[in-house]
Amino acid sequence: MTTTSQKSPSVVEVSVSGAPRRGMASRLLSRLGSGALQTVLVLVALFWMVPVIGLLLVSLRSEADNTNSGWWTVLLKPAELTLDNYRGLVDNDVLVRSFLNTVYISVPSTLLVVGIGALAAYALVWMDFPGRDWIMVGVVGLLVLPIQAALIPISQLYGALGIFGSILGAILFHVAFGLPFAVFLLRNFFVNIPRDLLEAARMDGAGEWRIFRRVVLPVARPALASLAVFQFLWVWNDMLVALVFTSPDSAPLTVALRSQLRQFGTNIDVLASGAFLSMLVPLLVFFAFQRSFVQGVFAGSGK
Amino acid sequence: MAEIVIDRLGKVYPDGTRAVDDLSLDIQDGEFLVLVGPSGCGKTTALRMIAGLEEISEGTVRIGDQVVNGVPARDRDVAMVFQSYALYPHLNVFENIAFGLRLRKLPKDQIDRRVREVAHVLELQEHLTRKPGNLSGGQRQRVAMGRAIVREPRAFLMDEPLSNLDAKLRVQMRAQIARIQRDLGVTTVYVTHDQTEAMTLGDRVAVMKRGVLQQVGPPQELYDHPCNLFVAGFVGSPGMNLICVELVEDDGRFRVRVGEQYLDLPDGLLHRRPALRGYAGAKVVLGIRPEDMEDAEIVGSTEGATLTSVADLVEAMGSDVLVHFPLDAAPVVTEDTRELARDTGADETLPATDDGVVLVGRFSPRTHVFEGQTISVAVDTARLQFFDPATGTAIHDS
Repeated sequence: MTTTSQKSPSVVEVSVSGAPRRGMASRLLSRLGSGALQTVLVLVALFWMVPVIGLLLVSLRSEADNTNSGWWTVLLKPAELTLDNYRGLVDNDVLVRSFLNTVYISVPSTLLVVGIGALAAYALVWMDFPGRDWIMVGVVGLLVLPIQAALIPISQLYGALGIFGSILGAILFHVAFGLPFAVFLLRNFFVNIPRDLLEAARMDGAGEWRIFRRVVLPVARPALASLAVFQFLWVWNDMLVALVFTSPDSAPLTVALRSQLRQFGTNIDVLASGAFLSMLVPLLVFFAFQRSFVQGVFAGSGK
Repeated sequence: MAEIVIDRLGKVYPDGTRAVDDLSLDIQDGEFLVLVGPSGCGKTTALRMIAGLEEISEGTVRIGDQVVNGVPARDRDVAMVFQSYALYPHLNVFENIAFGLRLRKLPKDQIDRRVREVAHVLELQEHLTRKPGNLSGGQRQRVAMGRAIVREPRAFLMDEPLSNLDAKLRVQMRAQIARIQRDLGVTTVYVTHDQTEAMTLGDRVAVMKRGVLQQVGPPQELYDHPCNLFVAGFVGSPGMNLICVELVEDDGRFRVRVGEQYLDLPDGLLHRRPALRGYAGAKVVLGIRPEDMEDAEIVGSTEGATLTSVADLVEAMGSDVLVHFPLDAAPVVTEDTRELARDTGADETLPATDDGVVLVGRFSPRTHVFEGQTISVAVDTARLQFFDPATGTAIHDS
């Protein structure tokens, strides 16, 4: 109902004309106030972004320039900017392969966690079976299990299964450790979906699978999107799991970049451009999904 | 379209709570049956068992020729309108209405045609592309109706579909529901706690209390011949005045004593309620509908059919005037009246003052009664109701 009134221009007009008139001075003050606030916010944001901007500029300068002067000098000498480092990156077989490895690990890990998590959460909320609450307790318990405690036993298991050092091994590990949080988050979201909505679909002729796919999943989109972004960022940025479970052939970008460090010299040209590239993808993912973080998805389903 | 036969239906929850007890109802093909009762009386549970959303503990539900106890909700071919409407928030009006048809994999053009037909009936054509979030309460309610109608089901089940609308819209939608049901002729079970809705909509009304069916019949029959104190008090607004009086036999003439005043019982009444004679000299519960009382100034007073009191409160409604006045009689307190009081949130059915129990009379707007005035109230004694104070059941024959 609020939405309707917001959309109707006549209502807005009425409220504007009905508002008490304020003096010019107070209006000027409030303008100034909001202007000052905005300036401060922009400054804080810029300050926060200094390292990122620095990294970007470093990646856009030649290695020699970087050794001779700080990255900020480029602001006065834009001629120093060059895409050479990125060209070098594309020619670097190790980094290209590791970039693809990162994608091969992150994408399935994210999809599997969201998919399995949603199915599990649906069952835990909407289906009646013995031991349901105990399973939920178990899931919450798994949330506090530190990854480090599992590294050695899982390595042994992978060794026995013959998947040690493979991409599959890394994916399985990420899925296993992503699921408790996924189930926890999605269950808490699903619990708030009105039961009537599912029953309406049931009366309309839908079975469990269709209710899940055509009602619950679309309604839960904000939760699914946030979970996907979280999980993707976590896997994309992970280094520990990759370091333990992948081989040079299956190593993702984080591990490969580290291997590019030279004993003498920084190799800054490769590292800066590689790091910036590895940062860019999660940012793109975030902006792609942010539209889904809209609140009030249930608006209008009920009264 | 189909008849619905409910036979000895019962619902017991795992914790032992009994929500519905031995409910039997025969709902004819095309009939509009209203289940009514105070909150927690089991009416919604009964409806949900017909829908298949609640497991049946005892008894059977038959829709058409098919006993549906073991049939899942989606295969029962009945449509339900929920109290909360339960519209799919991510779909627009068209998709909401079409949802059930799409699940049945109907051809696209047929879906399109049927949805537009229904939208036309419900005046939703202009809103087909809007999401539920951008609709008003009344429009959402109509979309919920549309979703049920479009499927052309064997029966409609409606769970308090109007309770979230404001009073004026509710009256409008009530008429629309009645019209649609009449035009489509689909068997309908309608649950409400609002007795006005029940009376205006139902071909028959079934009154429930604490999971038990009290009485079922056409609205007027329930109003004129309530089978017990609960139905008497529940049906009608303002409710029936119920007071404890003594039945006196005097030379073969029967009278009720209300404090120091007497009302003579006409022969016709005794003829219709022969069992009343057996209560001579005993306490009975007397029920008087507000409209069976009138200002004696207007209709003239008759000996033995007039009560005198002092107007305590006068409410002018425009079409009539509600006059509250105390009578020197004992209030009725039984399990039924307590249940009614719980429903309205009051302690007793009739408020008692120092002067006795307060009754409500519905006077003609021509009355000039004012608060504090001594009034003569003419009572239509032929329409008096009597109940057994011990059992609460109506005193009829034998």
